[in-house]
Amino acid sequence: MSDAPLLVVDGITKRYPGVVANDHVSFDVGRAEIHALLGENGAGKSTLVKIIYGLVQPDEGRMTLEGASYTPAEPREARAAGIAMVFQHFSLFEALSVAENIALGMEDPPPMNALSARIREVSAAYGLPLDPERLVGELSAGERQRVEIIRCLLQEPRLLIMDEPTSVLTPQEVEILFRTLRRLREEGRSILYISHKLEEIRALCDRATILRLGKVVASCDPRACSARELAEMMVGSSFTQPERTQRPFGDVVLEVEGLDLPAGSPFGTSLKDISFRVRAGEILGIGGVAGNGQEELLAALSGERVTAAEAVRLGGEPIGRLTPNPRRARGLLSAPEERLGHAAAPDMTLTENAMMTGAVRRRLVERGFLRWQAARRFAEEIVHRFDVRTPGVGHVARSLSGGNLQKFVIGREILQAPRALVVNQPTWGVDAAAAAAIRQALIDLANKGVAVVVISQDLDELLEISDSFAALNAGRLSAPRPTEGLGIDEIGLLMGGVHGAAPSSAENERPGETV
Amino acid sequence: MDLSAIDPLVLLASLMVAATPIMLAGIGELVVEKSGVLNLGVEGMMITGAICGFAVAVETGSPALGFLAAAAGGAVLALLFGILTQFLLSNQVATGLALTLFGLGLSALIGQSYIGIKPPHFDQLDIPLLKDLPVLGLVLFRHDVIVYLALGLVVGVWWFLGRSRAGLVLRAIGENHDAAHALGYKVMRVRMLAIVFGGALAGLGGAYISLVRVPQWTEGMTAGAGWIALALVVFASWRPLRLALGAWLFGGITVLQLNLQAAGVAIPIQYLSMSPYIATILVLAFLSSRSGRAALDAPASLGKPFHASS
Repeated sequence: MSDAPLLVVDGITKRYPGVVANDHVSFDVGRAEIHALLGENGAGKSTLVKIIYGLVQPDEGRMTLEGASYTPAEPREARAAGIAMVFQHFSLFEALSVAENIALGMEDPPPMNALSARIREVSAAYGLPLDPERLVGELSAGERQRVEIIRCLLQEPRLLIMDEPTSVLTPQEVEILFRTLRRLREEGRSILYISHKLEEIRALCDRATILRLGKVVASCDPRACSARELAEMMVGSSFTQPERTQRPFGDVVLEVEGLDLPAGSPFGTSLKDISFRVRAGEILGIGGVAGNGQEELLAALSGERVTAAEAVRLGGEPIGRLTPNPRRARGLLSAPEERLGHAAAPDMTLTENAMMTGAVRRRLVERGFLRWQAARRFAEEIVHRFDVRTPGVGHVARSLSGGNLQKFVIGREILQAPRALVVNQPTWGVDAAAAAAIRQALIDLANKGVAVVVISQDLDELLEISDSFAALNAGRLSAPRPTEGLGIDEIGLLMGGVHGAAPSSAENERPGETV
Repeated sequence: MDLSAIDPLVLLASLMVAATPIMLAGIGELVVEKSGVLNLGVEGMMITGAICGFAVAVETGSPALGFLAAAAGGAVLALLFGILTQFLLSNQVATGLALTLFGLGLSALIGQSYIGIKPPHFDQLDIPLLKDLPVLGLVLFRHDVIVYLALGLVVGVWWFLGRSRAGLVLRAIGENHDAAHALGYKVMRVRMLAIVFGGALAGLGGAYISLVRVPQWTEGMTAGAGWIALALVVFASWRPLRLALGAWLFGGITVLQLNLQAAGVAIPIQYLSMSPYIATILVLAFLSSRSGRAALDAPASLGKPFHASS
């Protein structure tokens, strides 16, 4: 009997207006198994786990848990049945303490003092140190995830659902997480692990179910498949990887020297003494876990926040005090992380969005009047050149899928012929084919002699396209090093703030210093 | 001008009374805002409570029934706000402002035949023994039951928000309604309850003005007390005990300017009358200038519409 699966999902269907999120999905999770749910963004993974967790009701199909019918009407019932879920984000309360956050996720929390003691106990037992009294807003992404995991573990779950757990972690933190998950498996608990990171799934999971466009397309043993095979099952076709080219670098275009910037929001990060140079044709990759100053750095480079004039130079000219439009006029363009609401206005059309950043360099404004015809042609050019799937440029930005809008946003800057381009998280939440196209476009841009800064949390992406690499940690930037020959362990140390753990040629500027 | 005519003990005693309406309305609005809803209709709910309480007290001869009716009147108006903003997803700021205008008009309509009437007297709760204490007896122990009710509610709300599980859920919903929804908490239900509670207390505060403090009915008699209550919540950084302090401060300024007017201070009356409102503006400007800390105290989902779509 112990071989019978823990959870059986049978023919689950969920329709939303205009889209079938899950189309007769069937699979099962065994006991003491780490089961991967693999798929692109929009493949229906999130809807499926929300159904299992009782947040969404299916239109058809049924589930059984340990042989008994299982139809959770709300998360409370799912938790009572022994199913716990660690969300990707959005499920913690920043202004509340760790213990309060955990109490909110429990059915019958003990009194606060007893709960704090339990939290200390469990966190010590699983090697996940955590102080119950701290405010969640002060914690790093990795620590926040521990809050969620411990919240789940206190309920003694039989099945733990993890939604993209590693997207915000350093490689070292990922190792700690995997150790915890393997230990849970040894204790006989099952884990449903949702991800699109293939190497992780191959390293961790016992079985994988692959979803595409709401349907189960394959089921396999991920340890027996190559990452490429998994990727092709996930995407449904093969796609070309971006090609990295060797190219000569020109003069320094963008130079940042001793940049300091106080935090802009209560839980923001202040930038401290940031310095780097990017040459023409060079791609500088800036890695780091979210919340270590990425947004602030982009704001300081784009001109949304001004700094000391000398802190930022473009082609030798101090521009630290200039606002975004003068910087655009001089050729420093940027594309922020948040597509809807920051890089693009969600309820305005693509033409209007093209007008907004393109006005200066594409001369879309004449004597104070907007040239809508020209803006429309510009938007159409972006759509055409970057293969943006949309019925027309008269549609609002919100109606585009994440990948298509991202292609539009990046394409809009690239077509303005920048001297230097700064992008933050260019492929976040973008499907693999679109991500490959965006990376290729950035490489092509560098080939034309543009200085490119890519801020990203995706290390594989940075290793793939960048010529030099630096890591942001608590608002400080490590000295940039050539990406060639940089190991993942070394990067992990840089991201964790251990700067100069292994001396590189770039840092050997003090020859007199010997031990 | 004769400043010696101002007795500091009487001043303190009347401060307690002057602070009660804004303390009641403020503590109600604090709970509403802690749940993530911004109801700018406090003034409208207060004036509606004022006339409902006045009318029922006059018709039945019982101030106690009047206060009950005032709470009910404020709650009904708040319920209207709740249905509009929570279920029909109307804009909270616009709806709150409309609620104030609506409340002012409605109360004027109901109150037409009550102008110039005296309401039944509401007895003081002279607490035996304690009322005879020197100094403290006059200041603290010779008030009516509503004054003590207001203080009790402040302490009750402080305990509820800080110590009880239901209060934790309410704060969580005000902090991040999407996360609270994901954990399975009923965002709409909790917010509706908070809105109705806030409306009832605003109504109670309004009736305290028309039945005890003034006591008579005139159109628009709350005269901005609802706005002061709203400012008080920000002044208190959404903390109940601080709200009580703030209410005494504003009550004190109100009473003091009345006394100064009576004493014939050589400042035009208009300046004295506007002093509580100027104090409100100054306090708000000062608080918002220290953006870092103040922003942390505000509920993060305050005023944002919630729709359980995904």
